[in-house]
Amino acid sequence: MSTPFYVAPEQQMKDRADFARKGIARGRSVVVLHYADGILFVAENRSQALHKVSEIYDRIGFAAVGRYNEFENLRTAGIRYADLRGYSYDRTDVTGRGLANAYAQLLGTIFSSGGEKPYEVEIIVAELGPTDSQDQIYRLTYDGSVGDENGFAVMGGQAEVITEVVRRGFRPDFGLAEAVRLAVDALASDGGPSAPRREIGVEALEVAILDRARALPRKFRRLRADRLTELLRSGTEPVDEGHEAIPALPPQSVPETTLPSASGPAGSGAPDAPAPPPS
Amino acid sequence: MSRPSAAGLPEEYLRVGTSSFSDFAAQVAPNVLPSARCASAGAADLAPHGTTIVAATFPGGVVVAGDRRATMGNMIAQRDIEKVFPADEFSVVGIAGAAGIAVEMVGLFQVELEHYEKIEGAPLSLVGKANRLATMIRGNLGLALQGLVVVPLFAGWDVATEEGRIFSYDATGGRYEEHAFFAVGSGSVFARGSLKKLYRPDLDAASVTMALLQALYDAADDDSATGGPDLARRIFPVVLVATADGVQRVTDSQIADMVDEMVAGRRQRPDGPAAPLT
Repeated sequence: MSTPFYVAPEQQMKDRADFARKGIARGRSVVVLHYADGILFVAENRSQALHKVSEIYDRIGFAAVGRYNEFENLRTAGIRYADLRGYSYDRTDVTGRGLANAYAQLLGTIFSSGGEKPYEVEIIVAELGPTDSQDQIYRLTYDGSVGDENGFAVMGGQAEVITEVVRRGFRPDFGLAEAVRLAVDALASDGGPSAPRREIGVEALEVAILDRARALPRKFRRLRADRLTELLRSGTEPVDEGHEAIPALPPQSVPETTLPSASGPAGSGAPDAPAPPPS
Repeated sequence: MSRPSAAGLPEEYLRVGTSSFSDFAAQVAPNVLPSARCASAGAADLAPHGTTIVAATFPGGVVVAGDRRATMGNMIAQRDIEKVFPADEFSVVGIAGAAGIAVEMVGLFQVELEHYEKIEGAPLSLVGKANRLATMIRGNLGLALQGLVVVPLFAGWDVATEEGRIFSYDATGGRYEEHAFFAVGSGSVFARGSLKKLYRPDLDAASVTMALLQALYDAADDDSATGGPDLARRIFPVVLVATADGVQRVTDSQIADMVDEMVAGRRQRPDGPAAPLT
């Protein structure tokens, strides 16, 4: 019979934190920053289908780094939380603060429970306020601690290096094009000040905005590669058409046929009648 | 080992599975859903009823219009109720029947479509949306048998086939695609008769809207539960149009002008425009 080793609680928490931090640092980074007309999310992500940035509600966006299955689970839970709250009360009663609190409770409980491994994720909940000064960017870490970030937040990968680049270049009155340029520049400089800047093409970027100027109640929209190219090239964003129609396959129908014309008078077709001669 | 329950997000929120909001809500908060209600046979008399909704397609989309009256027995419960709503960015739902349940069902349907789109990252197809609404109507069958019938009319722009499409329902959840035009509600018989004579497939959006306004007028002419245009209070039908640009509401001022034009015509000929005999 073996006696379990005594591990001091400090050591236990430190081990768990190191484990989570290592997992998060392995992935690519995400930059979230405030600009003149809203909040911008830029993630380095080669997949067009597996998103790191997502819509939660009318004015709330979500970004995450770390293990995909874990943050996808959190994202779904967030959408469920927001939609249920908005349906039971009113759409205006869904707030980023409430969602950030719910996430913090969940992450904190999982981190400090001995039974399972901590989540290897870091997430950002960003909310577009009624006015420019009331925009909120909450950053949540694997242990459930919440930070209310001022202006911008960076997480995942070489977050410290990238944060430094953003801090030096950031101005709250940036237009969209300037903000995207700064974010992409920061993501490309993750090798540190001495290393050469990497080249990141638009197809490796996932960019979305919470757009205060959007006429529809749902303010979140993605900037796809063609629009992003146009934005980075000319500095002006192509006009928002308001709606995004995703191309879809036309429905499948039953194949059609035209029957060969009947031969002989109707009703005379006895089973043993000879086949009509080929014409 | 089971997950420790967290104060903010209970375990059900993290369970992998459904992309449907109503299925999720049925698990965690069934009391918020319209189907959670139980009613006895007399309930129908307590609920206001909405009446006529009309819809018609045109080459670039589909127009849906609804009158503004809700009735309770022989009383007018409300004269400016709205019964036509955008379901999402490309589709419209209009409702006839028990107003309270119908409005609640529309709210649930809107959340349902948005929820699916956010979780899956892509919207449902138009037929998928129509089928989802059919499921919700089917869930209401118990109440429908108690007299709280809800009959919606669903229409929208199909981005796959690039056309406007109309779907009708029965109280048991049957879904049927309609072509060209359709009407539901107490005045629908008269509205459909009117549209048969006025509708042509080559009409543009404004002309189709005029045909729908004429049809609602004809419905109100013969059905006491359908409200005609209220010229004194300036309350006019709600008209939504779904095209490739999404769903838009036609401005009240434009509808007011069209109604004035129509009523001026009716002063000359109260039965409305005459269709040629042959």
